[in-house]
Amino acid sequence: MATQSIAFHDRVDRALDNRSLQTALGRATDRFVTNRANALALVDDFDDLRARGRAIRASALAQLDDVLVRLSERIEARGGQVFWAADGNAARRYIVDLARTRAVRTIVKSKSMASEEIHLNDALEAAAFTVVETDLGEYIIQLAGETPSHIIAPCIHKTREEISTLFQDHLGMPATDDIPTMTRTARGALRQQFLQADMGISGVNFGVADAGAVVVVENEGNARLTTTAPRIHVAVMGIERVCERLEDLGVLLQLLARSATGQKLSVYTSILSGPRRADEPDGPDEFHLILLDNGRSQIIGGDYAEALLCIRCGACLNACPVYQSIGGHAYGGVYSGPIGAILTPLLQPELRDVHKLPQASSLCGACQSACPVKIAIPDMLLRLRADAVAAGRTDAIERIAMAGWSQAMRSPTLYRVGGKLASLGTRLLAREGRIGWLPPPLDQWTHQRDFPPFAPRSFTELWAERQRRAAGDGR
Amino acid sequence: MSTSAARHATLFVSCIVDQIYPEIGLATAELLERQGVRVVVPDGLTCCGQMAFNAGFRAEAAQVAARTLEQLRDGGDIIVPSGSCGAMIRHLYHELFAGTPQAALAEHVMRNTYEVTEYLVDVLGVSDVGARYAGKIAYHDACHGLRFIGLGRQARTLLSHVADAEIVPLAGCEQCCGFGGLFAIKQRAISEAMLADKLADIASTTCDLLVTGDASCMTQIAGGLSRRGSAVRARHIVEVLANSVDARRG
Repeated sequence: MATQSIAFHDRVDRALDNRSLQTALGRATDRFVTNRANALALVDDFDDLRARGRAIRASALAQLDDVLVRLSERIEARGGQVFWAADGNAARRYIVDLARTRAVRTIVKSKSMASEEIHLNDALEAAAFTVVETDLGEYIIQLAGETPSHIIAPCIHKTREEISTLFQDHLGMPATDDIPTMTRTARGALRQQFLQADMGISGVNFGVADAGAVVVVENEGNARLTTTAPRIHVAVMGIERVCERLEDLGVLLQLLARSATGQKLSVYTSILSGPRRADEPDGPDEFHLILLDNGRSQIIGGDYAEALLCIRCGACLNACPVYQSIGGHAYGGVYSGPIGAILTPLLQPELRDVHKLPQASSLCGACQSACPVKIAIPDMLLRLRADAVAAGRTDAIERIAMAGWSQAMRSPTLYRVGGKLASLGTRLLAREGRIGWLPPPLDQWTHQRDFPPFAPRSFTELWAERQRRAAGDGR
Repeated sequence: MSTSAARHATLFVSCIVDQIYPEIGLATAELLERQGVRVVVPDGLTCCGQMAFNAGFRAEAAQVAARTLEQLRDGGDIIVPSGSCGAMIRHLYHELFAGTPQAALAEHVMRNTYEVTEYLVDVLGVSDVGARYAGKIAYHDACHGLRFIGLGRQARTLLSHVADAEIVPLAGCEQCCGFGGLFAIKQRAISEAMLADKLADIASTTCDLLVTGDASCMTQIAGGLSRRGSAVRARHIVEVLANSVDARRG
């Protein structure tokens, strides 16, 4: 969270200068991209699957009120409790109060970006509860006192060497970066926590309205333990993360696993529909579902509604050359990468430099191509940029330059004269046909790149001459 | 489909080609003429408006684009030697002009606009334009053409018929070079990092010529190559196809 007080450009510079971050990011995003490509190759028509996934998500969002009511009624009918949280504050208060009234001491958590979004751990720790993250990646960053830098791979910014040091310091592991040894060490430490925890808090990948259930997918088994071993299970779900029918999962789970990790399916898929029933040996005594709005209902029906289709697979992060370069923390918000550049300004508008996030894109479109539900991320980034201009959040130089540009591009005379001046100026600056330095703000270009001089004569002029010559020849 | 001999087309070279790389405009015209297409260049065409649109200045972009639309109104087939300007017209004019009096005209122009390799291969059905280049070529898929128009196959078809040329694979050929318009200035550090990755991929090939379909991405890559003293030259694909690789320096 410290990153949020630093200017965006400084966060970027810091990330680009961080050697181990660069090593970790390069290794991990390459692996994600390769695994995803391999997984897609095994599906006959992945594009068709994407279209079906998009339709399922869009249909649920189009009737969200109704779908959520159906979900909550069914959960309540099975003895679960549903809390509609208007914002993070309401959700935090509910969970802290619940933990207090139930005399909870230790809480285990499985991965949940929604709980990150509302800074739930801070609230619980402030209320003197012990909170232990049990997803391996989340556990690592909790030990390090950091925040997740990727939607599904929270410690993607760490190298195995850094994690080894962390485990040596915190868990007394002998010096090794052997991955099985490291995971065994974490497993041993976490197993204790599962057994003594009074409350388990999980996220939700999908709520299923007609089944009255929530689905949690994972690869480590920690979420299954979190949701079944402690006597209370609290699931935190963003209100948009819902589908209508159980059979929708046939499409959504495939899309999620293939896009996220390149798996056909995640190792564990838990479908949870309430507390333990009388005839069941295992499961929590209480089940609470938190339906978290926290700004989402304001997005519905607007220019950015498509962002709510997101199934949080992280494929757009892995595909994004900007994310690959700067990692997740530089974005400053809970959600990073291309989808984060849209969600963060919408959900966390108070963060420093948040309106600059949509600028941190070359608009290459790799995010949209990777998105399992075909979210038009570049179009929305462009709209956010237009919003920023409309709200006056641009600097004066840019406004003046754009006004001048627009005038010149509409006036043949200005365009010609401007072109001549640029040609004259750039050719004066050029050495051996290239320019190594331009005055500010264009020095940003020439910092590591040469620039070509403008042509002595424009295409327009050369073409006119060519036409005159041709006409002359024809005479 | 009518024979290409009867065709005429309007050439919209883009602002960057007009002012910085006129050779690319001339090469495009020549390529089209060699296929029997009569090329028309409307007087006073300037820019598609993308720079302002991408920066969020939609009013300024619309003023420029509206003028461009008028000039292209009766253009018949409109050819742009740029996947990026092509994507601006074909993909983003829809949003820019939605609900305005120019919406119908914009749709008309969008339908008639082609990127040059797309026009040659998909419309004219050409795969061999009679080009020759003695050397090794690596091809970079410029993003907007690749993802918003579906380009790539056409360029590779045309390049595969260039006599004496060897086309060498480029790892990460679909990865952005880091240009991104004003992104290259406003987010300099990120843009440079992306360019560094691209240059490393280029350096790991044996190519002597890096070819792409957008003058803007070409400027980014060429700027990095020359700053690092690389012997690899960067060219627009039409320069290879029109045998004018040596028509300009750098």
